[in-house]
Amino acid sequence: MKDTALLSAPLQVQDLTVSYGGDPVLTGADLTVPEGEMTAIIGPNGAGKSTLLKSALGLVKPLSGTITAWDQPLAAQRDRIAYVPQRASVDWDFPTTVLEVALMGLYRQLGLLRRTRPHHRDKALACLDRVGMSDLADRQIGQLSGGQQQRVFLARALAQEAELYLLDEPFAGVDAATEAAIITVLHGLRDAGKTVLCVHHDLSTVPRYFDHVCLLNRHTVAQGPTATTFTDANLMRTYDGRLPTAA
Amino acid sequence: MSEFIALSLPPMLIGTLAAMACALPGNFLLLRRQSLIGDAISHTVLPGIVVAFLLTGSLAALPMMLGAAAAALLAVVLIELIRRFGRVEPGAAMGVVFTTMFAAGVLLLEQTDTASVHLDVEHALYGNLESLIWLDGFVPGALTDPQALATLPPELTRMALTLAVIALALWIFWRPLALATFDNGFAQSLGLPVTTLSLGLVVCAAMAAVAAFDAVGSIIVIAMFICPPASARLMTNDLKHQIAWSLAFAALSATLGYVLAGYGPLWLGAEASVSAAGMIATVSGLILGGTALAGPHRKA
Amino acid sequence: MLLDALTLNLGYNATLVALGATALGLAAGTVGTFLYLRQRSLVSDAISHATLPGVAIAFLVMVALGGTGRNLAGLMLGSAITAALGLATVTWLTRATRLPQDAAIGAVLSVFFGTGITLLTVIQTLDAGQQAGLESVLLGATAGMLRADALLIAAGGALTLLATMALRRPLLMIAFDEGYAAQRGLNVAHYDLALLGLVLAVTVTGLKITGLILIVALLVIPPVAARFWTDRAPRMALIAAVIGAGAGYVGAALSASAPDLPTGPLIVLTAFSAFAVSLFCAPRRGLLASALRHTRQRATARS
Repeated sequence: MKDTALLSAPLQVQDLTVSYGGDPVLTGADLTVPEGEMTAIIGPNGAGKSTLLKSALGLVKPLSGTITAWDQPLAAQRDRIAYVPQRASVDWDFPTTVLEVALMGLYRQLGLLRRTRPHHRDKALACLDRVGMSDLADRQIGQLSGGQQQRVFLARALAQEAELYLLDEPFAGVDAATEAAIITVLHGLRDAGKTVLCVHHDLSTVPRYFDHVCLLNRHTVAQGPTATTFTDANLMRTYDGRLPTAA
Repeated sequence: MSEFIALSLPPMLIGTLAAMACALPGNFLLLRRQSLIGDAISHTVLPGIVVAFLLTGSLAALPMMLGAAAAALLAVVLIELIRRFGRVEPGAAMGVVFTTMFAAGVLLLEQTDTASVHLDVEHALYGNLESLIWLDGFVPGALTDPQALATLPPELTRMALTLAVIALALWIFWRPLALATFDNGFAQSLGLPVTTLSLGLVVCAAMAAVAAFDAVGSIIVIAMFICPPASARLMTNDLKHQIAWSLAFAALSATLGYVLAGYGPLWLGAEASVSAAGMIATVSGLILGGTALAGPHRKA
Repeated sequence: MLLDALTLNLGYNATLVALGATALGLAAGTVGTFLYLRQRSLVSDAISHATLPGVAIAFLVMVALGGTGRNLAGLMLGSAITAALGLATVTWLTRATRLPQDAAIGAVLSVFFGTGITLLTVIQTLDAGQQAGLESVLLGATAGMLRADALLIAAGGALTLLATMALRRPLLMIAFDEGYAAQRGLNVAHYDLALLGLVLAVTVTGLKITGLILIVALLVIPPVAARFWTDRAPRMALIAAVIGAGAGYVGAALSASAPDLPTGPLIVLTAFSAFAVSLFCAPRRGLLASALRHTRQRATARS
């Protein structure tokens, strides 16, 4: 971990409190995502993992706390951030094709009225190719398997050519081949100097996949390099003393 | 022929334009699981026009439309507030708001002396398409005569204009609207104003409903918001094609419904005609039934 | 005058209407609670609009048989048949196609209603002398209510209420966790059908009092209002029943207290007042309570 990372972290969340109307989901959570590394947010169900990610994207309005991207307000840095939502959050029966979903990643370039040119299509196709989905470009999205849908979402994020990638449970309910394909792409991004942050569930894969972890249970229990932070003691504290079987 | 031009062509055109104007935003309402917003909006038209009448004392088109539009917006805002702050399920929130507003409209109407003017619940529900005739259409060559054309029912111009504005708005905002409809969270992460888009769509729907109710009544409005887009969804898996199909189905419902209502009873030997608005809704339902039985993409 | 009305001192007809409306509100609030918990509130909208063609057809049949066509029991039977058909169509559209439930509801309500309107205009052209007042099923008409009508409505309400009470356990279990209920051996489809049958019964019973457009309000508003006061389903059904009955009674009394005050709309507006009070004032879930809580949370979060 570089010492300078803290000074201009791609994403820095401080003292975040979020409530959806009832009891707070997050109370005073902190998160620092170091540049050029793969970070996982882990914690039990209801720990506020997705909420933390959504707040970091400005999708949820917090009660209090500050969120900065490269030391600037979020709104100023949107072009540098790509988001991969949970697969279950959209209606896959929507009448559209795989290629059109990937093209959505180019929205900031296309805007309202600019026509979709061949080079836009080529770029979207190239991103689909990186996740092994270019053959299915003309498919109706509802015909894809869960793993294939997840890969299309990743291709859409790749098309944004961002520097920070935020993924909400990218491995939930996908097949082993998709998981391998996704992790290859994500490690490729990291090796090219990009920053990746995932909400993650499967504790057994954390040491292999991630350089950095944030252990969350309504507040930040611990965060730091996986080697020193992903310890039994910290996990016990995160999971209320009941160590999940996978760890 | 001149009888057709004078008596049937204007209402048929107005009905078709109204049907298409409602079907267009209906496509997005369908995909957003908001079809019943159209239902709610059309119920609130009644209190809107009654209040407008009470305030202005006239039945002129502009105050009526403004009143209806204001009521539609109020309904949408109330539904959203009750849903969000009262944590009430959207369908139930809608039910609370539109039934209450409709009841208030009926009560106001009963309390007001409207005997002298043509303002009643039936009119708001099923309009009066058949009365939109064009007397100068009897003049030979009326279709090319600027003087005769100037006396076409004003509803025709109004409906054409409304359709044009809605089509233009959807064309301009096509990309963000489709994106936010498919994946609201992703659209938000790109910095798109998703709430404004959603409200804009409702405003389009309200415009269509308000412009259409006067000529054709609320029944057609609700049927056209839902039936042509729903039938179209069962015909294709491509959003642009879906919209084209929905426009075709809307136009077909309006023309076929009008013809059946006007001439159907005559063919059966009866003297009078039946409600064109009701018949147009019925035809759109038959089309939906057909596509539900045999549409190529009826199943996911 | 109002006091007279509320104490049932405004004459025979007003008393009949008030009792009928109370029975209707009681049944609607209870049935509506289970509909709300099953998240199908607006199915009632499709059911109610689908009664219109049935009313028209029943009228035509009764006239063809030599009657006046205005027998309430006959009209109720006809409306029940097409309402059941509308319900079956909603179910068929959601099962056989990819269309979501809300689209199926909207399609059925507008198409059936349109067909009903068409049939009403057919009736108008048949015989000007007899058509008087069929439109009253749209918004209700309590002015000429007969003793037999009131008894029919009260009996319908009471039967519906009893049936709902008898089915409350399985209905609640299904509303809470469909999968678990099915695994425990409950036939979910049958109970759903039974619930919608009860909604249908309330709708048909309400034709004369609130009319088919406004009966939806009595099924939807009392449960929504009751939800603010409690987290427990049986208590919610009880509160909704009280709100529904109260709205029926007060609305009918208000309507009798002065001319030009239609019963249906007043019942709806009374129910809405109960909702508004609940929305703002209920402890915990009400707006005032949550606003207070929110401010407190913000203060602690900032400190």
